[in-house]
Amino acid sequence: MEELFRIAYPVASADYTSAGQASTDIKRRLKQLGVGGDVLRRVAVASYEVELNLVIHSLGGELVLSVFPDAVQLVSTDVGPGIPDLSMAMREGYSTANEEARSLGFGAGMGLPNMKRNADEFDIQSQVGTGTTITMRFKLPT
Amino acid sequence: MKVSDVMSLIDARNLTPDVALDRDVTCGYVCDLLSWVMAHGEEGMAWVTVQTHLNVVAVAALAEMACVILPEGIVMEQESLDKATSEGMCVLSSNLTAYEICGRIAAQGIPAHA
Repeated sequence: MEELFRIAYPVASADYTSAGQASTDIKRRLKQLGVGGDVLRRVAVASYEVELNLVIHSLGGELVLSVFPDAVQLVSTDVGPGIPDLSMAMREGYSTANEEARSLGFGAGMGLPNMKRNADEFDIQSQVGTGTTITMRFKLPT
Repeated sequence: MKVSDVMSLIDARNLTPDVALDRDVTCGYVCDLLSWVMAHGEEGMAWVTVQTHLNVVAVAALAEMACVILPEGIVMEQESLDKATSEGMCVLSSNLTAYEICGRIAAQGIPAHA
């Protein structure tokens, strides 16, 4: 289906001060486009989780919001380091977050499971040394 | 119950005076692990936490909570309060402990889940 809207947000590694800015803007823009209710809330939660994952775990990356007539899509790509064991990373309670992230209250090992729970479609591809790509889709009510 | 009712119930002061206190509080929660709160936060929630950094405001706003409550007289840094004000998120500070705050709110019939 035709893409109606697209915007990319660069996300810097370990930048905890700006963390959440992309998600806040995504929520604002979707509201302007008339997305609301349960879908808006689920996109907001998932975009924040994926943005924070880029800040905490990646060497830097990008979050892209696309809006289609029937769905909202979020794609997160990064330049590494990649996830060695995806099945462990998807497990609730498992985290490799560092001390700085944990001191701020992150690193409970809820990020990826929470994204999967909130998205209607969730896909994660990762290669150590190359990077990780997460694609999430949220169906819009017809 | 409105945020203003919660404020008097727990003898709190409003750290974000420019934010209206008329949001409905429909449920309550206490937790300091932000990623845990992201997974369990709900719309209309009164969230008690000792965390005060910027990400607290982002989590509360994205989950469309009613207010953030800081226990034991904790004060939030100005940068976070400015962000809360711009997001329209009310931040209250009470001298009561998190336990006492939750006890008082729960006693008024506010449930864990809306």
